Amino acid sequence: MHLSSEEINHLAELSRMELSDKEKKKFGEQISSILDYLDKLRAVDTKDVPPTAQVTGQKNIWREDEIKSCDEATRKRLLDNLPEREGDLMKTRAVFG
Amino acid sequence: MIRCFDDSMKNLTIKQVHGGLVKKKFTCEKLTQYYLDKIKKEDKKINSVITVTADLALEQAKFVDRKIAMDEEIGLLEGVPCLIKDNILLAGVPATAGSKILENYIAAYDATVIKKLKEAGVIFLGKTNMDEFAMGSTTETSYFGPTHNPRDIKRVPGGSSGGSAAGVAADFCVFALGSDTGGSIRQPASFCGVTGLKPTYGAVSRYGLMAMASSLDQIGPITKCAEDAEIVFDAIRGQDDKDSTTVPNSRFQIPDSKKIRIGLPKECFGEGLDGEVHARIREAAMKLAEAGAEIKEISLPHTDYALAVYYILMPAEVSANLARYDGQRYGLSVRDRAVNLFEIYAKSRGEGFGNEVRRRIMLGCYVLSHGYYDAYYKKAMQVRSLVKRDFDKAFLDVDFILTPTAPMVAWKLGAIVDDPLTMYLSDIYTVSANVAGIPGISVPCGEAHKMPVGLQILGRPFEEKNILNLAKEFEKL
Repeated sequence: MHLSSEEINHLAELSRMELSDKEKKKFGEQISSILDYLDKLRAVDTKDVPPTAQVTGQKNIWREDEIKSCDEATRKRLLDNLPEREGDLMKTRAVFG
Repeated sequence: MIRCFDDSMKNLTIKQVHGGLVKKKFTCEKLTQYYLDKIKKEDKKINSVITVTADLALEQAKFVDRKIAMDEEIGLLEGVPCLIKDNILLAGVPATAGSKILENYIAAYDATVIKKLKEAGVIFLGKTNMDEFAMGSTTETSYFGPTHNPRDIKRVPGGSSGGSAAGVAADFCVFALGSDTGGSIRQPASFCGVTGLKPTYGAVSRYGLMAMASSLDQIGPITKCAEDAEIVFDAIRGQDDKDSTTVPNSRFQIPDSKKIRIGLPKECFGEGLDGEVHARIREAAMKLAEAGAEIKEISLPHTDYALAVYYILMPAEVSANLARYDGQRYGLSVRDRAVNLFEIYAKSRGEGFGNEVRRRIMLGCYVLSHGYYDAYYKKAMQVRSLVKRDFDKAFLDVDFILTPTAPMVAWKLGAIVDDPLTMYLSDIYTVSANVAGIPGISVPCGEAHKMPVGLQILGRPFEEKNILNLAKEFEKL
């Protein structure tokens, strides 16, 4: 298995990560060799085997859809972590256009 | 086993700290200062602590001392100093997870385990170094530089909870918390010669633990002995509204001392296992047999595939969980050179994440992407069922499974840092427990090549008490 440069570019885009050409080459080779290792699963017969996503056996746990507030110190710490803000609002770039 | 000295503050266990405080052999402030001084003086060589919380620790210690001075009763963990892995949130204190992207992040709230430890009166000395976002087996992927093994500073402490394991081994604290997604508590405990417990999935709340692979992550204690692991585990476990995968207390099994049938899986004693490590594990099994345990060889046929399952499911979950680091709400945000929103994402993440994290995010995107989902992700979930069935079947015949914790002892720093696949193979005996969700502990069992060897004891889900009892018995042999 060898990932093409198009595939690596696509993965970098899906991952939302800007990579240098050197990084793309290195990660491409390393991920290709990991994928070769993962191919060993093909040898396992999984016909009629149900998938396991989690192991507790618990089913959906529901709660009321209601707002739970936090104390002022927690609120302040959350807001203080914003990279850019206007008052108590998070500031970012336009999503459309 | 670590020897304890009665009349000093060296290598104290939890009960020894409690006894010392109650009998007024030392004050909590003096004890706390002892650890803070030790960290200041000796951690330059080890690099196990990223953030020291001296002010918080001393303030907490004075509070405990006031209670003792007024002859108020104190709990077993009250006044016991600890270190916390830096991916667990302690409100108002930096939480970096060993990453550049969170270099300046201050935790907004307490993780549930922290809330519980605060209620128990535990003293927080600081936050420990770790592989970036818990991805790695050596603590070398940390943005803050590698941690060194206190037993030989030229060697790695293991990972990803390397700072926590090294901190306990260097006696910078009484105990530490780590997190274990594929072996990240047990493997560093093994490499540093201390005890590390990975609880059953669902035993301990993950609220406030930075998510790596949500179906595999568990928080657990790293300690100087099995008794301490039990005390800390009892303090942090339990159902939590904020983590719906936690289970009610009724699921935990009451210890049964008659159960001592032990299985040695033949798949864990083959190719790739260091000869001296193998010998120590066989000797440990012999000792347990002489003490009355029934030892038999068993088979876990899908063991060989568990690592491949892990390296599909884990990166897939990683790629989804780490999508939250978007340069918008917290953490590194590269804005000056970004012309639009996409570029803020791509530059913040490209520059904020290290190599191992970026590798795993890309691998995760690959196995989840259109056209590959069935071949990788779905297939891995199916083989996960088979791995779990192996354990279910084995535990009909035996009560415990013994394996080496890792196939080798701690290696030299820098030896395999750019060879991810070889590094991944050091998790081969530990990942199965995460894939199947069962509990496991690593306890010291002698040395190989002059470095500590860890014995891994696995048990049925929610049978931590039985595992801990066996570990306590083993320490006495």
